[in-house]
Amino acid sequence: MVISWSELGEGLRIALNSLKANRLRTVLTTLGILIGVIVVTVIIAVIQGLNVYVSEELSSLGTDNVYISRYPWMITSYEEWLRVSKRKRITENQFRFIQKHSRHAGVVVPEIVTRRTSRYRNESLDRVQIIGTTEDYIATSNSLPEMGRFFGETDVGVRRAVCVIGREVADRLFRNENPVGRRMKIGGHSFLVLGVLEKRGQMFGHSMDNNAIIPYSTFEKLFGRHRSFEIQVKAGGAEFVDALRDELEGLMRRARGLGAGQENDFSINQQSQLMEVYNNLTRVLWIVLIGIGSIALLVGGIGIMNIMLVSVTERTREIGVRKAIGAKRRIILWQFLVESMFISGIGVTIGLLISIGIALFVKQVSPLPVHLSTWIIFLGIGFTVAIGMFFGLYPASKAARLDPIEALRYE
Amino acid sequence: MLIELQGIVKDYRLGLEIVHALNGIDIRIDQNEYVAIMGPSGSGKSTLMNLIGCLDTPTEGTYFLNGSNVSHMDDDQLAEIRNREIGFVFQNFNLLPRASALHNVELPLIYNGTPASQRRDLAEEALIKVGLKDRMGHRPNELSGGQRQRVAVARALVNKPSIILADEPTGNLDTRTGDEIMDLFEDLHDGGNTIILVTHEEYIAEHSDRIIRLRDGRVERDESN
Ligand SMILES: Nc1ncnc2c1ncn2[C@@H]1O[C@H](COP(=O)(O)OP(=O)(O)OP(=O)(O)O)[C@@H](O)[C@H]1O
Ligand SMILES: [Mg+2]
Repeated sequence: MVISWSELGEGLRIALNSLKANRLRTVLTTLGILIGVIVVTVIIAVIQGLNVYVSEELSSLGTDNVYISRYPWMITSYEEWLRVSKRKRITENQFRFIQKHSRHAGVVVPEIVTRRTSRYRNESLDRVQIIGTTEDYIATSNSLPEMGRFFGETDVGVRRAVCVIGREVADRLFRNENPVGRRMKIGGHSFLVLGVLEKRGQMFGHSMDNNAIIPYSTFEKLFGRHRSFEIQVKAGGAEFVDALRDELEGLMRRARGLGAGQENDFSINQQSQLMEVYNNLTRVLWIVLIGIGSIALLVGGIGIMNIMLVSVTERTREIGVRKAIGAKRRIILWQFLVESMFISGIGVTIGLLISIGIALFVKQVSPLPVHLSTWIIFLGIGFTVAIGMFFGLYPASKAARLDPIEALRYE
Repeated sequence: MLIELQGIVKDYRLGLEIVHALNGIDIRIDQNEYVAIMGPSGSGKSTLMNLIGCLDTPTEGTYFLNGSNVSHMDDDQLAEIRNREIGFVFQNFNLLPRASALHNVELPLIYNGTPASQRRDLAEEALIKVGLKDRMGHRPNELSGGQRQRVAVARALVNKPSIILADEPTGNLDTRTGDEIMDLFEDLHDGGNTIILVTHEEYIAEHSDRIIRLRDGRVERDESN
């Protein structure tokens, strides 16, 4: 189908004139397209934002880490909760057993957690997360000290009251002072600050920097020995993760004295499980996206088709005149296709502008890093052409096939 | 020979009934003739004009226009012939209401691919010829009936077609304005154009050199004036 520049220009001119003459009608017609475009772009932007957000959040968990815990990370039913809530705690001995026998493990680290008020001079911070662990915690948590040092094996061995604090604790208790070498109070006990950790950001909305890390031996001496351990195991390499998982399951069953028929009374958690949950969530979003988006666009497209049929009928005489003086079918076809693409283009453009507005707003008021990039332009052009062409084709070809005599005689 | 109609029959089907609008027409028209077609209402004048103007094809018979047989051409081929060979002037003007006089006159040039630069000049030239030098930017609803018909005439002649066809061009005009349009046709004829017009009025037909009278889809009389 060859169209000259003049014909193309005439098509655009006609489209513009007709839209100018029917402003309100045009805007109303584009409403469906507009809503469809908003739904589609906002959902895509949210999904893309979530992707970025979640992969950032989960990255601190490390892909080659395996976490042995009393409870699973995801509890999906009340029955499951009832079942797991009866589990016995994981003990220091079990940690030592794993440490001693696991062959696929690179590092094995215990973690016990509580919350305590921390003080330095007149400053005080409630509910600081206190983590009891060993010097190997650096390896499983990806947290390095940016000032001072982490505590060492001897500190753990002799139960020294030393700590490494998170960035937030350092900022809020020590203000502009360098905390390294100072003494602070944790839960009423005096601790020597050895180092400050790099900022780690948030995970699922809760700060990873509002903490103090201390030897687990010290933790048990000062805060009690009744807590359940979490055992963090880093595989010797990413390729061993699955083998490690199986091995840990066997070792834990032995350590906890489970018989052949008994179910596991502990959970082995991994980042990939969270990824799976997340992927299921986005799958639902995609289905909603495709569902609502295509319905809205279909409704919008039918609106365009309808208005184009009206337009063809209204301009039957004009089509007759154009044909009489030499317009061929494809020119008439093109004229109406341009018009329908123009209408869909208006809907798409307004829709995109509103979407951009929504995205910026969401970015402002929520932690979701909503993500809109240049793909949105291509998406817009694609929508415009596809909807305009598809729904404009029938009215346009109806116009193109009009008999000139009948068209000229039309009242 | 410019126009050669041989045994032209045009039937219309209205439900089960067949209307014989044209019943075997043989007409030859030469370059630079000025022909009036007359006849009672329903005698087939408009039908004949539509065939000559290549807006329609005959049920039977052959039509040679400028030596080529156009009786069996398809829609797009006819459109091209119309653009090149025919200029129409209608009773009800048939201008595009939202376009200026100038753009209305440019339209045939757009459809034959005349470059934009020449288009404007040609359209202006045609409008000057019909005496609308100072009305080029006006829309049809800003013009009088006579002026509208002048725009239509300018549009009809801008492509320098072989024939100008006018179906009751003065039917919607008062006598004085009608006469002005007829003077315009006279000028065009003197300038070498071939003109065929349909009219009910004897005094309008007086302008022509030859009058073809139709009755019931047949040529009743064909005589020079
Ligand atoms: N599209 C059509 N369908 C059916 N019959 C038609 C059609 N067009 C014309 N006719 C019939 O053909 C005959 C000739 O019609 P035509 O319009 O050519 O007459 P005319 O001589 O131009 O009349 P008038 O002076 O009233 O304009 C009439 O009987 C008319 O009813
Ligand atoms: Mg008639």
